[in-house]
Amino acid sequence: MQEQIQSIEVTEGLSQTEQYLTFQMIDKSYGLEILNIKEIIEYSEVTEVPMTPDFILGVINLRGRVVPVIDLGLLFAGQPVILTRRTSIIILEVKNSDLQLDIGIAVDVVNEVIDINADDIEPSPSLGDKINTAFISGMAKVDEEFLILLNVEKVMSVDDFTIISSIQS
Amino acid sequence: MTNEGLQVFSDEAEDLLLVAEKALLGLDDLSNKAETAEGVNDLFRTFHTIKGAAGLFALDSVVEFTHVVESVLGDIRDGTLPLDKELVSLFLLSRDHLEVLVESALNGVVDISGAIKTTDDALIERLNKYLGLDSVLDDSTTPTIENTEQGNNEEVENQNWHISLRYGIHALRNGMDPISFISYLNKIGVIKSIIIMGDAIPIWSEFEAENCYLGFEIALYAPNSNKAEIEDVFEFVQDDCKIRILPPHSHIERYIQLIEQLPETDLRLGDILLACGALTKLEIDGVLNIQDVMIDDVTVRGDNTAISRLGNIAVEQKVVDQTIIDAAINKQTTNKLNRNNEQQTIRVNAGKLENLVNLVGELVIGTANAETSAIGLADPKMNEAMENLLRLVEEVRDTALGLRMMPIGETFSRFNRVVREVSRDLGKEIDLCISGEDTELDKTLIEKIGDPLMHLVRNAIDHGVELPEERIALGKPAKGIVNLDAFHESGSIVIRIKDDGRGLQKEKLLSKALQNGLIQEGQQLTDQEIYQLIFTAGFSTADQVSNLSGRGVGMDVVRTNIESLRGTIEITSEQGIGSSITIRLPLTLAIIDGFQIRVGDGKYIVPLDIIEECLELDVSLGGESNGANYLNLRGEILPFMYLSELFGEQRNTSEGHRDDIIVVQCGGKKAGFVVDELLGEHQTVIKPLGEIFKNLKGISGATILGSGEVAMVIDTPAMINLVINAGNEQSVTSTL
Repeated sequence: MQEQIQSIEVTEGLSQTEQYLTFQMIDKSYGLEILNIKEIIEYSEVTEVPMTPDFILGVINLRGRVVPVIDLGLLFAGQPVILTRRTSIIILEVKNSDLQLDIGIAVDVVNEVIDINADDIEPSPSLGDKINTAFISGMAKVDEEFLILLNVEKVMSVDDFTIISSIQS
Repeated sequence: MTNEGLQVFSDEAEDLLLVAEKALLGLDDLSNKAETAEGVNDLFRTFHTIKGAAGLFALDSVVEFTHVVESVLGDIRDGTLPLDKELVSLFLLSRDHLEVLVESALNGVVDISGAIKTTDDALIERLNKYLGLDSVLDDSTTPTIENTEQGNNEEVENQNWHISLRYGIHALRNGMDPISFISYLNKIGVIKSIIIMGDAIPIWSEFEAENCYLGFEIALYAPNSNKAEIEDVFEFVQDDCKIRILPPHSHIERYIQLIEQLPETDLRLGDILLACGALTKLEIDGVLNIQDVMIDDVTVRGDNTAISRLGNIAVEQKVVDQTIIDAAINKQTTNKLNRNNEQQTIRVNAGKLENLVNLVGELVIGTANAETSAIGLADPKMNEAMENLLRLVEEVRDTALGLRMMPIGETFSRFNRVVREVSRDLGKEIDLCISGEDTELDKTLIEKIGDPLMHLVRNAIDHGVELPEERIALGKPAKGIVNLDAFHESGSIVIRIKDDGRGLQKEKLLSKALQNGLIQEGQQLTDQEIYQLIFTAGFSTADQVSNLSGRGVGMDVVRTNIESLRGTIEITSEQGIGSSITIRLPLTLAIIDGFQIRVGDGKYIVPLDIIEECLELDVSLGGESNGANYLNLRGEILPFMYLSELFGEQRNTSEGHRDDIIVVQCGGKKAGFVVDELLGEHQTVIKPLGEIFKNLKGISGATILGSGEVAMVIDTPAMINLVINAGNEQSVTSTL
């Protein structure tokens, strides 16, 4: 996976273009702005935290630090990620007021980093989908396929999580 | 000036302001002359040091203000101005203002403005009234030259002017030539003797050639000059120099003051006396001769004996007054004491300590990892080496954590002031009794415990202690007592705030809670549950909102703060007799001795200090009611819980499986946890679980095991409450 990312050439100077990491979850493609991504690791044993909602998979030991891991599939579509050889954890850096914390999200497959021109991004439509549209910053059309762009700030807003987890527990 | 220097000044100013506050609060009993005099001296010194240090950094606002305060203090010390309660209050206000000034100056504010300026002017005006000045003090008045008057009795024989001169450290940089001033003195009189004071010269490695370390003690014969003329000589340097001028035949007290004010340490008594001009050269030679004869006697004894002997000789010879000697000896002893104190502490950047503790945490995890591998090798030599290493690491861990431990006394003593002011505002009479101020706890804890304690103390004063008339009517002494106590108890620190006031009124609490809809009509609550109501957000029994309390926010904040420190609060109260609030906090936040257990597939850590015992679960002794399990533990009822059920794991009910129960005790409550396996002791470095889990009850953090696995740390107080409250569905208070 890491090789894939490294093989992507960094294109600079194009003001309108942002880089996105694409990944797959339950047959849908998603994109995340790479600025917030710290690293991508292979899925490894996650220690369960008892008495927490299901979408919180647990915590992992990331070089001596304890990092929580979220199942985006469960959170968005009500289906857990299927553990395969290609299951990965994307470690995101989230800023919450003045706190900076790391959160891992488990996804089915990580694909590639692509450039998306701002002109190609459409505002999030009100979908009749199972996905909560508040987490979507827009839709991008890439190679005749739609990519759901996630809003990291929203997705990983710790306040939302604490609210969700307190409701579900 | 460098930022580093400023940081030192800021630390020092903070310390000094604390000292000043202490001294001011110590001035309560003005009838005690000796103590008051000492307190005033302390204050003077403190303000003077602040002024001096601020001067170095050119913090003019601080210098100007402190100077006025110092002048008033100077008058009090000289006895020309009597000290009264009003003045003490004024000084307290001035101290507070000074704190603000220092802070704003450190933030780079050069000219004070707005509210600060208003306070500044108001305070200076009030202070100036005492100085007999109506307007703001003229800047040209010399800051350090002491007012001296001719004494009328107990005069010293000396017919010379005595000039005590200490050049400021920047005198050379400012282009001053020290010797030129002294030469100029010859124009107005004859220099009878001059002594160069080199005591301020640092060790050579720290010597700065551009700094001026010089001081002079000069005896000047100038019968036809007055003080102003001599002062004029030093006009150009008086801003950053310490100049003291004593006229001929001065009052003895003046010399005592001079001795006390001299900055030099360890100055030989003879030199001081000579330098002061209290003794003539001839007189001092006489004394020294006698001392030479006794030299054998003196050398075998300690320094102090030698000093007193020299003093005694002088007195026996009736050459100096006993009071002068006492002051000089006093000074020498305190100088020594001060120096010893200096060597006992080192200031260390908190970040460095933090780093060290983190590294030790990693070291502990690393050793646990190595230990696991060593056990796998089953090599006796390796195991032995490992044992040794483990013991050392444990010691290193304890020492490193100990570095962050500080006595709670400083936090406690802040409350003297609070109690004094709040009780005065409320018209109550209250004594604050502090004990256990030496109890040590983690610095971060100390910082975070301050605000909650403040709320609790204010509450005790406002809601707890009654007005004096009420108290007398109830047959209690008019003066209420608030106790602040701290001590260690089984791995945690306990802080207790106790008052002898009216206690919590259960009926009032209940009716308020009904009004607010916190409880329903007819609900049965235990005393403890009723008391816990006061920690609910928005709950207040005060009929009126005062500026102290009654908004119903404080106690909620207290609870949140304490809980975020993994602590608990407990209240006991007796109506009419008083209430006591007990806060229990873990000793440290970083590394604990833990006990590792297994529940289902997961590994968990329970703090070792709170485990009472582990035993095999004998189901025949157990019972169940309302979904809660109870066990007969040697005649005692012990509520217990299957952790596997709580954690949503499959309970192992297979044949031959042994269930272990660990009995934990915390804050007087006992409970049992049934676990699948006991895995033994484990040094645990607690890592925060992060914001996402902040609403999670029962788990306080995570740790990394030697194998690299993550294990959860069980928040025992919360867990015990879960166990006790299980089946008690009517319980109104959520787990605390």
